[in-house]
Amino acid sequence: MLSYILRRLVTGLVTLFGISVISFFIIQLVPGDPAQIQTSQIADAAVSERVYQQLRELYGLDKPIPVQYANWVGKLVVGDFGSSFHDGRRVSAKIGEALWPTLSVALLSFMLTLIISTPIGIYSALRQGGGFDRSVSTGLYMLYSVPNYVAGMLLILYLGVKWDLLPFRGMRSDGYDEMTTLGQMWDLAQHYVLITFCFTFGNLAYYSRFIRQNLLEVVRQDYIRTARAKGLGERSVVLKHAFTNSLIPLISLIGLTLPFVLGGSVILEYMFNWPGLGRLYFESVLQRDYPTIMALNFITALLVLGITFIADLTYGLVDPRISYEK
Amino acid sequence: MATEATTSTTTRGAPAARSYWHITWRRFRGHRLGMVGLCVVAVLFLVAFLSPILANEQPILCRFDGGFYYPAVVDLVHQVPGTSLIIQKQRPYRLATFDFKREFDPERGDWALWTPVRYGPREIAAEPLAGPSGRHWLGTDQSGRDVLSRMVHGTVVSMKVGFLSMGIAVILGLVFGCIAGYAGGIADLVISRFIEVVQCFPAFFLILAVLAWFPPSIENVMIVIGLTRWVGIARFARGEILRIRETDYALAARSLGVRPAQLVLRHLLPNALAPVLVSVTFGIAVSILIEAGLSWLGFGVQPPDASWGTILRSGYENLFTAGHMIPPACVAIFLAVLSFNLVGDTLRDVIDPRLQAERA
Repeated sequence: MLSYILRRLVTGLVTLFGISVISFFIIQLVPGDPAQIQTSQIADAAVSERVYQQLRELYGLDKPIPVQYANWVGKLVVGDFGSSFHDGRRVSAKIGEALWPTLSVALLSFMLTLIISTPIGIYSALRQGGGFDRSVSTGLYMLYSVPNYVAGMLLILYLGVKWDLLPFRGMRSDGYDEMTTLGQMWDLAQHYVLITFCFTFGNLAYYSRFIRQNLLEVVRQDYIRTARAKGLGERSVVLKHAFTNSLIPLISLIGLTLPFVLGGSVILEYMFNWPGLGRLYFESVLQRDYPTIMALNFITALLVLGITFIADLTYGLVDPRISYEK
Repeated sequence: MATEATTSTTTRGAPAARSYWHITWRRFRGHRLGMVGLCVVAVLFLVAFLSPILANEQPILCRFDGGFYYPAVVDLVHQVPGTSLIIQKQRPYRLATFDFKREFDPERGDWALWTPVRYGPREIAAEPLAGPSGRHWLGTDQSGRDVLSRMVHGTVVSMKVGFLSMGIAVILGLVFGCIAGYAGGIADLVISRFIEVVQCFPAFFLILAVLAWFPPSIENVMIVIGLTRWVGIARFARGEILRIRETDYALAARSLGVRPAQLVLRHLLPNALAPVLVSVTFGIAVSILIEAGLSWLGFGVQPPDASWGTILRSGYENLFTAGHMIPPACVAIFLAVLSFNLVGDTLRDVIDPRLQAERA
């Protein structure tokens, strides 16, 4: 077990290193740098050139790329992502602000997905091939094919604009500070509805199908037959014996879908004016804010690697048959 | 089965060669939803190809000032690259300043066979942001261009991006997948690690990061999507090659002295293609989706050119005054994604004879 963890940590570090090198070089090698953008407005060529050189020096862009990379890693080791090229604020502060909006929607949508798709999955598995199974799976499949930003546009158009039911710009309404605590909570909740729905509905088909499939596989196992043979009620057989065992593969699915939650959020967050990581990334790309882009790339990769790692470990904990020794 | 598959793909045109794909096709036809998806794909493809004679500001055939002209047909022919060297629009139709609709004069005996939608995608035809009407079925956009015509021409963008970007991805994926799967050793290690690294990134982040530094254009979008999506195909191909190289027929070929390159190209690769095809079909849906998203964000197709994503964006920017642009673009994107997904799902079910045997 220990050697497995060590091995995974080492390969994880190598992967992280690779990711940081690749993104660092992609960002640096392409023409145009932040200093250039920021000085492009200055009319006087001589002044522009002087400011440009000063900015390059300030940002450390005048040094060779490997040196820049070494500096970046050196700061990273002590947990310093540097300051934004755009507004001079600490990158860690910018990311810290954007983290909660993204994370809260992701968690909320994930919980909703499980709450809705688990009963659907179980019920469809029990009535396999029945009317419910077929109609629900067709319906969810259609939903699954609706791209989330397409749904977002339609919801904004109808629920947000035409029928004026729900807010769709940002997290808070204008006068948020004057509201009572209860009013603030209600306002916040309303703002969460549309964006959370957009993140959720596409996963429903995937998860309910996954739960159904796993349950169907488990139901064929001998120990289920044993449970039935010893006279347990159908309810207890399904919920206690079959369902709990069908949950194991779900853990790895969670690890797999995470990067898409983060990546798919760019368009949706931008569309809903949601102050999260996706929008921050998009804005940083437009501003060529190297430190913020690098930090976001790194954190995303770290999260993805970390969560897959934890998923693999829990896999072994819940299923004693899995051995980590080769 | 294994030997049959080898001969079928090596001796091109022999009866056996038709049989595998023939069987697959027969099975495919049995899936109603898959056939519906395939039909929609075919329709989209036709709309894209025929777009010049479906929506054009110039007629398919007309009599003008005593002569016969067919400008829209020339546009149609120009869809095939290189044909503009052979055939050119006649004067005055190729002049940018020529406005056929204004010069058109029935008194003189002019008549015209119009395209079903009489407006070009860039033609400023009416007042801006007008709702649907008899003349403009889907209304007009912020510059007064016909939305239906732009939708039709947006199909071209989506289909092009879908197919060409996946073409790039397939070539890269197969080359690297085959090298990793067959050569093994260091090559495999390096390629597999690299694939892992790329897959750790949310693809959309990567695409944005790269695209931000290139002038936005449909070609760049295609290339970048292709460059980020080959890893999945490479992983697939690698796995298949690893599996197939251990089969008896691969061993037989090797013991007959077939050289490695030939072994991979003629014996291993053709048998690895079927599963790759499935992932390509899904990949096309994803590419169409990414392109529309990028165009929505302003990184893809640039105005005045039309794409479903830019139409959606115009709708978003004029939410309160011109919501009529949003539903058509949404429906188009949805239909495209759904139909490619349906075809992909059905293909996955029918393509593998072993799965069929298990189910029977």
